[in-house]
Amino acid sequence: MTHKFLFTKPQITLLLLLRLIVGYHFLFEGIDKLFTPNWTAAPFLLQANWVFSNIFHWLTGNTAVLSVINFLNIWGQILIGLSLILGLFSTSAAIFGALMMLSYYIAVPPFLSASTFVDKNLFELFSFLIIALFPTSDIIGIDFLMKKLKGDEDG
Amino acid sequence: MGESKKNNDSKKISRRDILKGLATTPVLGVLAYDFLKKRAAEKVKKKVVNLNLGLNDKDVSVQSSKENTGELLRIGIIGVGSRANALIKALGFVSPDWYNARAKLKSSNSLEKYNNQEMLNVEIAAVCDVFDLHAENGLNLARYGIQPNGKPANNKNVKRYFRYQDLLADKSIDAVIIATPDFHHARMTIDAINAGKHVYCEKTMSLTEEELHDVYHTVKKSGLVFQLGHQLSKSESYKKAREIVNKNILGKVTLIEATTNRNTPSGAWYRHLYSNGKPKPGSLKTIDWEQWLGTTPKVPFSIDRYYGWARYFSYDTGLAGQLLSHEIDGINQIMGFGIPHSVVASGGIYFWDKSTRDMPDTFQVTLEFPDREFSVLYSATLANSRQRGRVFMGHDASMEVGNRLKLYANPDSPKYINKIKSGLISPSEPFYTYPKKPLDLDAITSATERYYAERGLTDTKVGGKNIDITYLHIKEWLDVIRNGGTTACNIDIAYMDTVAVLMAHKSYVEKRRVQWDPIKRKIV
Repeated sequence: MTHKFLFTKPQITLLLLLRLIVGYHFLFEGIDKLFTPNWTAAPFLLQANWVFSNIFHWLTGNTAVLSVINFLNIWGQILIGLSLILGLFSTSAAIFGALMMLSYYIAVPPFLSASTFVDKNLFELFSFLIIALFPTSDIIGIDFLMKKLKGDEDG
Repeated sequence: MGESKKNNDSKKISRRDILKGLATTPVLGVLAYDFLKKRAAEKVKKKVVNLNLGLNDKDVSVQSSKENTGELLRIGIIGVGSRANALIKALGFVSPDWYNARAKLKSSNSLEKYNNQEMLNVEIAAVCDVFDLHAENGLNLARYGIQPNGKPANNKNVKRYFRYQDLLADKSIDAVIIATPDFHHARMTIDAINAGKHVYCEKTMSLTEEELHDVYHTVKKSGLVFQLGHQLSKSESYKKAREIVNKNILGKVTLIEATTNRNTPSGAWYRHLYSNGKPKPGSLKTIDWEQWLGTTPKVPFSIDRYYGWARYFSYDTGLAGQLLSHEIDGINQIMGFGIPHSVVASGGIYFWDKSTRDMPDTFQVTLEFPDREFSVLYSATLANSRQRGRVFMGHDASMEVGNRLKLYANPDSPKYINKIKSGLISPSEPFYTYPKKPLDLDAITSATERYYAERGLTDTKVGGKNIDITYLHIKEWLDVIRNGGTTACNIDIAYMDTVAVLMAHKSYVEKRRVQWDPIKRKIV
């Protein structure tokens, strides 16, 4: 796992910035929801209009299920955001982030209301995939420190 | 052992490594700053608006208790068409079909709204209509109508009269609701008052000044309770609007714009067909055409005229009587302006077939109030349904009044300029809305009903509940009959509103500016 030799410095810088920007966005959104009294995902879920809409709508019907969804959304976003910014378990976090974005995308896919299938959700979904496949946290981030510690132990 | 390992590690991880590991943590600080800034701005925004406007979010009025202790009032209904159905619903009777169709739904706002009505302790004693079908429908509502408590009326004694004079002669009837076409209103109101009945009469009051004076003097002398069917005064947003104007939040208001925006045959009063194109019922066999025509010129029976009478000046004052009247009444409730000094109306039949109507489909009216220093501009089109709102334009802010009330700061207002500059208020977004949440309409609410609801003509919210404002208007009339007091649209208000309508109509027909002579009490 010696990615750093595969990337040039400008490449690392850009990948790191992408990781920070996406992380920033997620953490901000998560904290904002956390501090919004009675925030709920229900209005968004009710907007769902594609083939999976029944599942999304069902999620809003039961208060217990809905509160789990709300919890997962808020804390999912906060933890993924923190993880990307700090560079801690960033690859796994980016995969979870990509899954979350995928679920937002298929809930309200843009091609039903607009002529294109490309929207911001799709961009963020692919940003997560890039972050997962081109990790920088073992160059800059706590993952790097952990690896160093572990490597030294092994050695 | 642990001690020595720790020492070992700290030796192997260099300061440079720690920097690389924690290099991104300052980003969290930036984020925290960003987030706190956003929250603080939101907090200040709320505070500023609450502090400076001096308005609270409590409802203006609260409904009284569910109990109604008054004695039973016996009501006669003259004219049992579609508007009467709404009035009978306000009295607390709906058809079992209507009730059951909504009871089957998971949630129905119109049913919820109906269930929010109090029992008014009234009985429909008699109905009168020239059309057998309408009369039957009224009898059925009186007999079997479902009340807001969910129980059927079970009234076996309701009578049908074929002539309204016979209904008025029935001594057991305390009060009448008149919901006939407009050209019958004045004569029927006068006859009803002379027969000793309290009157709730649909707008418009009369088609001529002479009739209006007769009605005015008859009601004034009688001591009986009169209410004209201008229900807008019961809308919470109108009450809030009055408060906002009185507190001078808008600054000096010099222009008020009101509009009508419709684009359907039904909206242009072609109403003899159902929306699926099938003809509505009615023929010479079932409709007493002579009586329907009353004192108007004799014309052969026409089902189109029967349903679409509002299009003809023999039966109505056109858009002035049908819709301008609501706007004038609504604005008057907020501004308290009385009779206009002068009125100019113009327009024409530019879209619909000229041979099928007198009523213009494009109609503009300017009403001047030089003493109060403002103009009211009314503009109507029956060939485009783009919503243009109802807006009060003040030096500092604009107020849009519909079902919800919205305040927009004016970008050039000295009062709000600092708040706009600091980003606390955006001129393109309302800085105050009332009520906070929009009203919900259910799936079976029809397009026309939706139009009326959006314009604030049907619903309001009281104590967080959707309430039918026609119900509140009827209830007020009954309360005043029982307990005394005065109705919101009493004969004095009805007189002022109707003079303005007649001025607009006269100006349109005579193609000239008309004025009000306050001494002779005459339009000149």
